[in-house]
Amino acid sequence: MKHPEVKIAVDKLTIAYGDFVLLKDISFEVGKGDVFVIMGASGCGKSSLLRVLTGLVPAATGKVVIGGVDFTSANENERLQIMQKSGILYQSGALFSSMTLAENIALPLRLYTDYPDKLIAELVSLKLALVGLAGFEEFYPSEISGGMKKRAGLARALALDPDIVYFDEPSAGLDPVSSKMLDDLIVEINQSLGTTIVVVTHELASIFSIGSNSIFLDAQTKSIIGRGNPKELLKNPPNDEVYQFLTRGAEKRHA
Amino acid sequence: MKLDFTVHNQNLVLSLEGDYLGFDDEKAKSALMDAVRQHNLRSVKIDASRLGLWDSTLVAVLYELARQSLNRKMTLEYGKIPPNLKRLVELSVMVERNPSLPQQPHFPFLAALGNFGISLWQKIVKGSLFLRHCTESFFRLLSGTVVMRRVDFLFALQDCTYKAVGIVSLVSFMVGLILAFVGAVQLKTFGAQIYVASLVAIGMTRIMGAIMVGIIMAGRTGASYAATIGTMQVNEEIDALKTMGIAITDFLVLPRITALSISLPFLVILADFMGILGGAAVGVLMLDIPAAEYYKYTMNALDMTNFLVGLFHGLVFGIIISVCGCYFGVYCGRNADSVGKATTEAVVSAIVWMIVMTGIITFIFEVLGI
Repeated sequence: MKHPEVKIAVDKLTIAYGDFVLLKDISFEVGKGDVFVIMGASGCGKSSLLRVLTGLVPAATGKVVIGGVDFTSANENERLQIMQKSGILYQSGALFSSMTLAENIALPLRLYTDYPDKLIAELVSLKLALVGLAGFEEFYPSEISGGMKKRAGLARALALDPDIVYFDEPSAGLDPVSSKMLDDLIVEINQSLGTTIVVVTHELASIFSIGSNSIFLDAQTKSIIGRGNPKELLKNPPNDEVYQFLTRGAEKRHA
Repeated sequence: MKLDFTVHNQNLVLSLEGDYLGFDDEKAKSALMDAVRQHNLRSVKIDASRLGLWDSTLVAVLYELARQSLNRKMTLEYGKIPPNLKRLVELSVMVERNPSLPQQPHFPFLAALGNFGISLWQKIVKGSLFLRHCTESFFRLLSGTVVMRRVDFLFALQDCTYKAVGIVSLVSFMVGLILAFVGAVQLKTFGAQIYVASLVAIGMTRIMGAIMVGIIMAGRTGASYAATIGTMQVNEEIDALKTMGIAITDFLVLPRITALSISLPFLVILADFMGILGGAAVGVLMLDIPAAEYYKYTMNALDMTNFLVGLFHGLVFGIIISVCGCYFGVYCGRNADSVGKATTEAVVSAIVWMIVMTGIITFIFEVLGI
């Protein structure tokens, strides 16, 4: 899919809860069409960073520029436009339990487009087919498995053909096969739709199989202590923390 | 944004030119599909060499075209089409799909009646089972073998005693005030406004105090029980208790039932007092009845039987509210919607059962001459 240039530029961003600073003055860029992985140990601020990128939590200081628009100082209208061009897959799928899968996916289409019912039904069906859930239109979230919920959540995130899709711990709670399926799906969406993908995860298998670029957050220094393609980071780790993380706690390297 | 196509020698060529974002031109789509159906085509070619931006709405059009080609055994050629667009169209044709339009709800009367009957029977069975478990837990409490944390009971007691004093006092005072006001309007016509004191004293102690406390506590505490336990059900905390071999009626239900059953009669005493005070405010300040006179008539009207009947109602209401709250919490579904439903049902059922029980108790006391 041809899109206008999409890039996320984070400049000197600080995230804090009251006096407690979680991340300080971090800067990075996400290129158009990247599968960008935000990784780091538990408690380093990965999910908080995602919440700032998606506009759920305000930044303490710094800028987040999405598609050339400063998201942190944008007015309501601009923010809404950016948010409509972004899809988010939450850890649990966050499907509305009182709606069928079709109704869940149709919701953003009904809210933000004037498409006729027939076209909406067609698009819903397409999105479900894309995530491998063709024929599950009339199922309720309580009637499907955890992995299916995530895929249905992804179909909803893709409903408005977003330029960027954010994933919060997509593999959490999934068995290895379902996790691999979801990873393949992320790559498929990235390649088929040209969507920029931002993934928060600490699952090594996912990081290496999908990531084209990444940053490594560190809780102690409250900063980025590694950046680049995950496979390259493994080959040439910038420090012991990144090396240990990417090798599941292997012995520290000796200088 | 339009769908330009030409038909020549049983071959259809669809030319896609420019951007196709949010393409919902049903007429253009119908014209294209009509052409596919009407001409005895051998092949369909998609020329996307001048295609600009596109989204899923174009995939929907091409899917329909591809499906028709497949059904009619026509050759489909993708000429200079972006590979990702081709992949999406192929994927959509490949899988069996069933686009569903929103359906109008359809409830045949007999089916609805049958469902109601079945669900009523299931509720009776579940309710009876729950009451049995509660009774067993109560006996375990008496025998000292119950698995219940004292702190849970104390928290529940705190929640339905001093934290409820404010709202119970305010509402009861207002009810006493209204009772006196309404009574005074009628009694004044006979010059018998002094009997407002008796009316309020008897009315509040015998039943009004208990009913007002019951309604307040059903909305306040009963709803809270259903929501708390319902959320525990959603978070699988109840499953965890069950797998640990702990009876949920022991651990979650009993502390709440005992706390509310103990506290409600005390709240009824408070409500009686505040209601009488509200009546006195009207009598003394608005009807100019001397305070000593009002006090004398109130004391004359107060009767231990009425007072105990009120307390008995309080005890029964306490059991009803806590049982309803806990029952709907325990049998709550596993989603956010269910917690809301459980809370509503807990409050509504508690109020309905309180009214039903008031009728039954009144009838029994009438027969017994109490």
